[in-house]
Amino acid sequence: MKQILLMGNPNVGKSVIFSRLTGVNVIVSNYPGTTVEYTKGYMKSGDEKVEVIDVPGTYTLDTILPAEKVAVEMLNQAIEEKKSTVLNVVDATNLERNLNLTLQLLKKDIPVIIALNLWDEAGHIGISIDVEKLQRILGVPVIPTVAITGEGIKKLVESLPEARKGNYQFENAERWQEIGRIVEEVQLVKHRHHTFMERIGDLTVKPLTGIPSAIIILYVTFRIIRFIGEGLINFFLDPLFKNYYLVAVTKAVDYVLPIKFIHSLLLGTTADPLGSFGVLTAGLYIPLVVVLPYLFSFYLALSFLEDWGYLPRLAVLLDNIFHRLGLHGYSSIPVILGLGCKVPALLSTRILETQREKIIAVALILMIAPCMPQTAMIVSIVTPYGGNYLILIFGLLFFLGITASFLLNKLLKGEAPELLIEIPPYRVPQPSILFRKVWFRLSSFITSAVPLIVLGILLIGILDLSGAIRIVSRILGAPLLFILGLPPETVFVIITGFLRKDVSIALLQPLHLPPKSLVIACIFLVLYLPCISTFFVMSRELGLKNSLKLVAILFISGLLIGGTLNLVFKILRF
Amino acid sequence: MGKIDLTQLKEGESGLVMEIQGGYGLHHRLESLGIRVGKRITKVNSQLMRGPITLRIDNSQVALGYGLAKRIIVKIIKT
Repeated sequence: MKQILLMGNPNVGKSVIFSRLTGVNVIVSNYPGTTVEYTKGYMKSGDEKVEVIDVPGTYTLDTILPAEKVAVEMLNQAIEEKKSTVLNVVDATNLERNLNLTLQLLKKDIPVIIALNLWDEAGHIGISIDVEKLQRILGVPVIPTVAITGEGIKKLVESLPEARKGNYQFENAERWQEIGRIVEEVQLVKHRHHTFMERIGDLTVKPLTGIPSAIIILYVTFRIIRFIGEGLINFFLDPLFKNYYLVAVTKAVDYVLPIKFIHSLLLGTTADPLGSFGVLTAGLYIPLVVVLPYLFSFYLALSFLEDWGYLPRLAVLLDNIFHRLGLHGYSSIPVILGLGCKVPALLSTRILETQREKIIAVALILMIAPCMPQTAMIVSIVTPYGGNYLILIFGLLFFLGITASFLLNKLLKGEAPELLIEIPPYRVPQPSILFRKVWFRLSSFITSAVPLIVLGILLIGILDLSGAIRIVSRILGAPLLFILGLPPETVFVIITGFLRKDVSIALLQPLHLPPKSLVIACIFLVLYLPCISTFFVMSRELGLKNSLKLVAILFISGLLIGGTLNLVFKILRF
Repeated sequence: MGKIDLTQLKEGESGLVMEIQGGYGLHHRLESLGIRVGKRITKVNSQLMRGPITLRIDNSQVALGYGLAKRIIVKIIKT
């Protein structure tokens, strides 16, 4: 099968074009490094089915960065196989820098076609490019596109068969002079005033205005996430679940399967869906009523900040603080992603250069805060005891995450590399793209996490009803419970936590723990082990040995902080 | 006209890159972001306490750490 490689500088819209060509949904954002892994999709070119590959962005082919090497390796393989075309996506607003990669591609033995993307934006900022001339000089087709609206994509698809090897002759050592000559010939820049977005852009990175605006932006984001999440639960999903679904499903089960064991397994033994563990009650209440609304509101806010282009600016503001932890500011992006789910967060640590940075970043991501499903669950079961307990839980985790990275930075040899990133311009997020991204992220939760949650609850239900829980708890629990001061029933919760951590926290609800035990249990459950999917990604990114070491650190910190809390509570006779 | 490094350039001032003090790797990485000898750059701002510096090169902005900025020598362009 023929193949098309989408290549270009970071953040020029390769993934948007990819989605347009293949209909495959991929995460797109307004900052460099969103795509760290290639994605494959298929499209029709004429009557032929063609494979399209979204390659991670790269500025140059003779790269030294590990994240960019992937792109170069894929290109080399494609050249060998001789069945591929490169679709080089070029940012029309930054012709000079982008042509650097283009000229390198033209030297390779592979057909090339160019999409001159962000064509509208170039126009807005007063840049006009003579496409005909550029095409003539480079000797390959050049198609102006606006991927986000779809403009030019049809023409691009029609022109794909015309891709050909470059015949542009130049000495590699004089590449920049060549580029300069080309740009001079084809590009006309009109003088213009700063746009409104650019002014905001400058204000949000200047320290004097940037730091206060960061605080405001983060605070407002937090309030919006809570407002939407809570609103959806309290005024929509919870009433819907309890008043309609629960009534209907109870009647249905009573009617169809009036057997006590099955009844308890499916519906639990209490009226409160979180009071006991029915597959059709808690099994759906946890993921769909408690977790999903928060996940939705979090990803809505995150996606907005991503598409707007705020995250790299936040990275610049946070650079100083992150340096103290042995990282540079760009690590703040994986950390923020980790507030949602640890899996994409760990994947995005590929933008970091050294193994040392990755290890510190992963520790920070895993410790500084739980993922959104866990957070939602903790908020849901701890809130009735008062907001101070929530502050205690999240405050301690935050403090621990910072301390752990700080110590790792001191212990591991080496130093923090310097920040060097491109800051994309602010762009107005496109609602259709924004909602598609939110939906993409939610659907991966629904399809991959919900079945696990239901399965976990089924298992727990069987073990609980058959009495096996008590036996397991007695054997494994004693030392752990002695240190943490938790009642024996919690052992089983701890054991199941490896499967899905949000479920393990939900399992605390029917135990009716006193608030201090709840705090200890929540913190311990957040820390002690990563969930299965996280561990899988972690061992792939860091290697099994480093991952196991990190897990050991996590487990010990969980025990230490839980044990200390237990002691403190005892001394304070709390 | 004296040469200064990027950290000494004032906000809003432009300079012509005269020299990049570093090896092939550094030259290369800066070059791929558009920073190379002979290029005109404008300092957008710098963060407090030796924080990163933001530059404008053509139509893109790049942020780089203080230590890196120290190694980029420029000549001020009067506008």
